[in-house]
Order: sequence, then C-alpha cells, then structure tokens
Amino acid sequence: MTDLSKAGPMLEVTDLGHTYQGKDGAHDAIDALGFSVGAGELVCVVGPSGCGKSTLLRTIAGLVRPSRGAVSLHGSPVDGVPADLAVVFQDYSRSLFPWLSVQRNVEFPLRGLARAERASRAAEALASVGLDKAGRKYPWQLSGGMQQRVAIARALAYRPALLLMDEPFASVDAQTRFELEDLLLRVRREQDTTVLLVTHDIDESVYLGDRVLVLSKSPATVVAELTVDLGAERDQITTRASEEFVELRARVAGLLQGVPQQRSVPVEH
Amino acid sequence: MRLLKEAGQRWVVFAVAVLVWELLARAADDVFFPPPTTIAEAAGELWFSPLFGEHVVPGVGRMLAGFATAAVVGVALGVLLGRSATAMAYLSPAFTFIRSIPPPLLVPFFAATIGVTSMQLPTIAFGALWPVLLNTVDGARSVDATKVETARAFRLSRAQWLLGVVLPSALPKVFAGLRLSLSIALVLMVISELIGSLNGVGNQLVQAQRDYALPAMWAWIVLLGILGYLFNTLLLLAERRALAWQPGHSPEAKTLATGG
Ligand SMILES: Nc1ncnc2c1ncn2[C@@H]1O[C@H](COP(=O)(O)OP(=O)(O)OP(=O)(O)O)[C@@H](O)[C@H]1O
Ligand SMILES: [Mg+2]
Repeated sequence: MTDLSKAGPMLEVTDLGHTYQGKDGAHDAIDALGFSVGAGELVCVVGPSGCGKSTLLRTIAGLVRPSRGAVSLHGSPVDGVPADLAVVFQDYSRSLFPWLSVQRNVEFPLRGLARAERASRAAEALASVGLDKAGRKYPWQLSGGMQQRVAIARALAYRPALLLMDEPFASVDAQTRFELEDLLLRVRREQDTTVLLVTHDIDESVYLGDRVLVLSKSPATVVAELTVDLGAERDQITTRASEEFVELRARVAGLLQGVPQQRSVPVEH
Repeated sequence: MRLLKEAGQRWVVFAVAVLVWELLARAADDVFFPPPTTIAEAAGELWFSPLFGEHVVPGVGRMLAGFATAAVVGVALGVLLGRSATAMAYLSPAFTFIRSIPPPLLVPFFAATIGVTSMQLPTIAFGALWPVLLNTVDGARSVDATKVETARAFRLSRAQWLLGVVLPSALPKVFAGLRLSLSIALVLMVISELIGSLNGVGNQLVQAQRDYALPAMWAWIVLLGILGYLFNTLLLLAERRALAWQPGHSPEAKTLATGG
C-alpha cells in the first residue's frame, strides 16, 4: 500500500476521447481524458449521470475502440480485450446468462481450470458475497441486489489483475453495501487486484478509493484527482466519522456541484 | 391438476365432435363419408397388419431422418450465419426467395432430378430446412448487447460463445422454427409419397383411393393426424425441457429450476 506511488502505472489513459455516431448525429461521450492507475491501486470515478463513465470503462476494457487518444495496460496499448481483466457491468441483470444457474454463471468464464477447481472457486466467490445458498437458482429467481452480487462474484472468481466495476453496489441495501465495500477492500489487499470503480455515491468513492477522479459533465474530462489519505485499514463507522473523510467528501461534492456552474452562463436582464 | 382438467375438457369437445360425426354419417349413409365406427374397424385391420411395417415405418423413418437433417443443418448454419452480418447481407435475398416458394412445389422438381422412388428424404430435408434455418438466424442475430460485451470481456472461447451464449439466446426462436419445420416435414412426407413412392402412408392413401376403399382411406388419414399430434407433442416436450430456464415458461420449468 505505502509503496504504491513507486510502482509503475499499470493503466495509463492519455487524451482519451470517444464520439458515438448515431442516426441523430455524433455525440461526444468523453473527451481529452487523462489519468493513470498504479498496480494494486483502487481508484474511484465519480461524475454526473450520463457524463460518459461507462464509456470510459468500455474503452479501457477494449470493448470500444476510442475515437481519440490511447489506453495502455502494463505499458502496451490496449487493442481488443486484455487478458486478466474482469468487468462488473452496470446492467448487471442483463450481463448474467439466464439459462445458467447462479453457480454456472460464476463458473462459466473460468476457462482452462479443472472442473473441481472451477466449482470450488465459484462456490467460494458466491459465499464471499453472501450467496452460498443461491448457487442452484436461476438469476431471475433472485432480487436485483442479489443478481448484482452474482455479477460481482463472477468477476471475483475470475481473479483478474485489473477489475473494472460500473456502479457495482447500486442496487443493494445499505447494510449489504457496507459489507461488499469491505469485501472489495479485503479482496484487493489479499489478491493485489487493481480496481477502477465507477460510483454515483460520493461517500463510497472516498471510503473505497486511494484516489478519486472527478469527471465533468458530458463530454467527460477529469476535473480533479484527489488523493485519499485515509490509510489502508478502513472502518465503516470510524472512517466515515473521521475529519479527513468528512472534509474529502465535501470537496468531492463541491467539485461535482461546481461542474455545472463553470459551464452555464447566467442570463439575466 | 388444473392442466389435467383443462386437457380433459378439450377432449370432451373432441369426443362430442366424433359422436356428432357418427350420427350425421349414419343418417347420411354416404359411401364417401363412412361413420367413425366403420373407419375404426378399417383402421384396426390396417394398422395392425404387416402394412404398418411395410409402409408406415419406412415413411415415418424418412420423415424423421429428413426433419433431423434439417434441424441439425439449420441450427448449425443458422447460428454461424446469424452472427455474420456480411454473410446475411449477401444471402438474405436468396433466402427470402426460397422461403416464399410453397414447399410442396419442390416435390415435382426433386422427383424429376432425383427420381420418384428416392426423392422423399431429400425433399423433406430441403423443405424443412428453411423455417428452422431462418428462425435460428433471427435468434442468433438478436443476442442482447450486454451479453455480447460480457462474453467479450471474459474472453470466452469461440465454442463457449457459439454454444454457450448464441445458441441458448436463439433457442426460443429455434423451437419456433422447429415446429414449423416439423409440420412441413409431415406434409412433404405424404405429398412426396403420393407421387410415386414404393411405400409409405401416402402410397397407401393413393392405393385406397384407386380401390374406392373409403374407410381405408379415412383410416390412413386418421393415422396421419395421430402421427402429427404425437410428433408435435414430443417436440413440445423437448422444447419445455430445453427452455425450462425461462422465467414462467411452464409449471414444469418452475419445479425444475428450484430443484424440486
Ligand atoms: N452505444 C451508444 N451509442 C450512442 N450513444 C451512446 C452509446 N452509449 C452511450 N451513449 C451516450 O453517451 C453518453 C454517455 O453514456 P455513458 O453510458 O457512458 O454515461 P454514464 O456516465 O455511464 O451514465 P450513467 O451515470 O447513467 O451510467 C450518454 O449521453 C449516452 O446517451
Ligand atoms: Mg454508466
């Protein structure tokens, strides 16, 4: 944790821009985005709704070829989906395969492993998100929050070097959310996973992140990059009550609110 | 229970219809419309005679073989073509053209090119291919975008992608196609046998017609109805099993899914 700054950047995003070509004209989703993430770091991305956060994750995952700029992973440019990467999609419900049981959904991407190893990894991941009893059910038999946890379990079982998460805790209740946040911190520490996590929740971004990237309104650019000096050990009660936490969260909120003010021109007569 | 009761009610209507038919046929006393009891008598003799082995078995065998060929080729080709926009752009005009030809019109063509005695199976296979092929293409095309991205993000193998994602996504459409293909296969079985087959139910039907053996003719027609009903039911059962994962697909699906 402490020597993270010395580690070379695992992920480097330079001058990244993407324009969607639609029937009703072109739409700039992100523009001139630049930042880097060190190996083992957990970076949170916050930004207004529709600003292009999911687009950013898609380009990093190699699912979308960006219109401008470059993404490089371990120093080599991303061209297609890199190995050792897992994504928790925002649309978690559709990203699960309805014809597979929950257990099979989690096992499905674990290629090249022995049958028993796949099963035990999936069972372990499901247990870690509190779904040890749901393995034989089908996704549609679970609540939205439970489905979201299946999607998280699937990504964890994959044991990626880089984990991209798009609002992964949006549909779970507050208590489960706290537990999943702590699970993520623990997994990250134990497996040395690098995490880039998009969230709507300002508190969450500060609680989880080593750094917080604040994005502007569409097309998204990086407004600010805050370092979170809360240490490696975090606690849902004491960390959130600490002065540093409260101050950081106020800064993120201010930056987010500041975004529209910078852009809009007051018209008064 | 509720289903059994519903099925029972449906059979009540059927039984009443047969009864009315019996009364009307007896009242009319027309050789062309023998009453069901007379047909049943003829059926009892014909169905349990060596004719069954000589005609029904080979005819149905060809039908099933043709249908199976169409199903395998149609599903395999459909999954591959459905995921290739370029291939479909080139092929879809030809497909639309072929699809709009009524399948029975193929019979004279196959009879001329392959020969009347051996064209039955290829005719059935070719005619039954199109519904399952085109429906599979349709289903394979419409894999949900998030699932496409999920498959790519986890770098699924090509086999996992085609068999584990595309095929199950297309499965509801595949079965819709298979049902159409089955009814076409049944129709083509009889029609191709009417023309000049050495055996088959169609062959016996023509034979009975030439002999003015109306009860026998009706007996074969009833047998065709029973066969059609039987194979449709079997296909429906297969569909229920294969689509048991679908939410609310059938009561059976629910018990299967919960492992009960
Ligand atoms: N496939 C697409 N084609 C065209 N436009 C798209 C596509 N995907 C996203 N967009 C547009 O790009 C913009 C950014 O979308 P994106 O999903 O990246 O935003 P987001 O920040 O993730 O939003 P949210 O907070 O709601 O998840 C939106 O205006 C959206 O309408
Ligand atoms: Mg999004």
